[in-house]
Amino acid sequence: MCAKPVKKEPRQVETTGHQWDGIEELNNPLPRWWVWVFYATIVWGIGYTVAYPAWPLITAATPGLLGASTRADVAAEIARVDAANAEIKAKLVAADLNAIEADADLATYAERAGSAVFRTNCTTCHGSGAAGFEGKGYPNLLDDDWLWGGTMEDIYLTITNGIRNTTDPEARYSEMPKFGVDELLDETQIGQVTEYVLGLSGQDNDAAMATDGAVIFAENCAACHMANGSGDRTQGAPALNDAIWLYGGTREAITETIYKARFGVMPNWNARLTEDEIRAVTFYVHSRGGGE
Amino acid sequence: MTQQDDDQPSLYAAREPIFPRRVKGTFRTLKWWLLGLMLGIYYITPWLRWDRGPSLPDQAVLLDLANRRFFFFMIEIWPHEFYFVAGLLIMAGLGLFLFTSAAGRVWCGYACPQTVWTDLFILVERWIEGDRNARLRLHRQAWSAEKIRKRTIKWTVWFLIGLATGGAWVFYFTDAPTLLRDLVTLQAHPAAYITMLILTLTTFAFGGFAREQICIYACPWPRIQAAMMDEDTITVGYRDWRGEPRGKLGTEGAGDCIDCMACVNVCPMGIDIRNGQQLACITCGLCIDACNDVMDKIGKPRDLIGYLALTDEVRERAGQPPKNVWAHVFRVRTVLYTVLWAGVGVGLVVALFMRSPIDVNVTPVRNPTFVTLSDGSIRNAYDLRLRNMDGEDARFTIAVTSDAIVVLSLEGADGLTVTVPANETMSQRVYLTAAPGTRAAVEDRTDVRIWVEEQGTTNRVYHDTIFNGKED
Repeated sequence: MCAKPVKKEPRQVETTGHQWDGIEELNNPLPRWWVWVFYATIVWGIGYTVAYPAWPLITAATPGLLGASTRADVAAEIARVDAANAEIKAKLVAADLNAIEADADLATYAERAGSAVFRTNCTTCHGSGAAGFEGKGYPNLLDDDWLWGGTMEDIYLTITNGIRNTTDPEARYSEMPKFGVDELLDETQIGQVTEYVLGLSGQDNDAAMATDGAVIFAENCAACHMANGSGDRTQGAPALNDAIWLYGGTREAITETIYKARFGVMPNWNARLTEDEIRAVTFYVHSRGGGE
Repeated sequence: MTQQDDDQPSLYAAREPIFPRRVKGTFRTLKWWLLGLMLGIYYITPWLRWDRGPSLPDQAVLLDLANRRFFFFMIEIWPHEFYFVAGLLIMAGLGLFLFTSAAGRVWCGYACPQTVWTDLFILVERWIEGDRNARLRLHRQAWSAEKIRKRTIKWTVWFLIGLATGGAWVFYFTDAPTLLRDLVTLQAHPAAYITMLILTLTTFAFGGFAREQICIYACPWPRIQAAMMDEDTITVGYRDWRGEPRGKLGTEGAGDCIDCMACVNVCPMGIDIRNGQQLACITCGLCIDACNDVMDKIGKPRDLIGYLALTDEVRERAGQPPKNVWAHVFRVRTVLYTVLWAGVGVGLVVALFMRSPIDVNVTPVRNPTFVTLSDGSIRNAYDLRLRNMDGEDARFTIAVTSDAIVVLSLEGADGLTVTVPANETMSQRVYLTAAPGTRAAVEDRTDVRIWVEEQGTTNRVYHDTIFNGKED
């Protein structure tokens, strides 16, 4: 098969001498430097596995002579960003809460940092859009109705110390009596006060029952929810005369609330977030449309 | 290696060194002018200044990658206008198609950086080591003091040219005078030095050593060009019906070709054009100059080698005159390329003049779709992205129109006006509120149109979007 190579007529291509059934293999030689480039890539490839993490061992890969590590790169990048933000963080901690808005750089930083803090820590209960969970007791942070107040200071305190938790003695605290469970009111009375509460927010109700309910309300509820049902933010008592219901505004939901009471809890974030993070997320929540 | 293997021809070939001889003539002169023009544009452009006001760079052509902005004289391209760059690239592509279908590999022969820099490197080589014969001699002789001296000088000059090439490149990406000062004082960013080093080494290797190997083995363009050429494309050709059979001057029955090898000796690609059109030919025209020179000396008509189309060959063999050059150039293919090229160009110019100096993006907030306020009102939120592409601060007034009644308010602002600093993009949350029980509050969807007007100008844009009500 491998006969002597044949040099053909001028202008014709040399063959390798291989031929099968009269079909000849022509020899159009590859440039030699091309082959050297190929060898160079092999050398480079071996060098690469020596210089960088490559060969898998039992617990980890070989570390490589250059000590490259993507994990260390990430740590360094985070440290770099932290260092770069140190100045504006200090500024945020020192700033008056209500002065953040006026400082464009600070406001931009607080908005973005607050957004990140919110998405990491708050969305589980309040939702990624901060709209809460209507009727389930997770407040909507976008509206103008606040249990404990919607000013920067109020929101800041709520986030810092939390609500009705057992881990922070400074936590906001109030407790609604379990009127049904503890037999403070009987079922008829609960029915009557429910009709009265429905009327406070302009919903259809049984006027006769509501008249009796008004007396019960004045004796049992007005201390916290106020005589006109406007609520009391110092005690976290919700307004009953508006269109927003934390646990639902239907007859059934209100009856259930009066019967067994509600007890919403929020962690104290001073245990998990730094001061600048709390301030940033305060600003973020305040700028979602409901801030006062 | 076995004995049998030794009989095998090598499957790899070493590069045959090429020593192009000096040549004078029309095309050589044209190439020198083009070389000067193109190198001049390349080196001078980053140093041109263009006043854009205090807050913007004053470099006429600047690819500001850090700030994601592209400046080209009076034109400023923002990232969202990248289609202008895409359009220019399409025009460049169509332009190459046009020139290739009309005049073959004219890009390769005259304008390609590989050709221009190789020409420059060969010029340096000739200046230091002499013309073809001297260089051949130097190549064959053993290493001596003279050879070392000449090679060292040549490589040093090549390296300096490479350095200037890479150096000019980085000036396109940042303020040139500042960067030059930083480069000299060793304070520039490492990326600048690394870029310069890579371009210096590639220029040195490609212009000094690889040369025609790049065109033949590395560049995809010669292979693609074959698809754009046809029998009317003007290429360099040898009139073999006039030249053959070759023979010494005065030989009985011989053609015009005296087999002096002038055309081969001047060829930067090292080919023999008399073998016909071939892949390695970059149609630079130097063989035409060389042959015409010889034809003049022996008193024969010029253009034994010349620019001609394949259809001319048929006509000339039949004793007819060749077609006019414009008759080759104007044909369906080139007209089509020209129309496409001009169409994209006109489209870009129109788009450039029609673009609004303010750019507004309205994104309705859909998480949640609406918010119920304590009085029962329904509120929708929209994120406005306001882009001020002017060199001065701009005040934008926001308004809303709709068939239903909705009230507009801005987050963090009392009025309906926001100020966007010069050359910046700002996000502004906007609220629309519908009173309880009104049409917009109870209907599923209501069309609204949000207007943005720049104060003190007639610039006004609107954006149509939807208001979501609370279904009962």
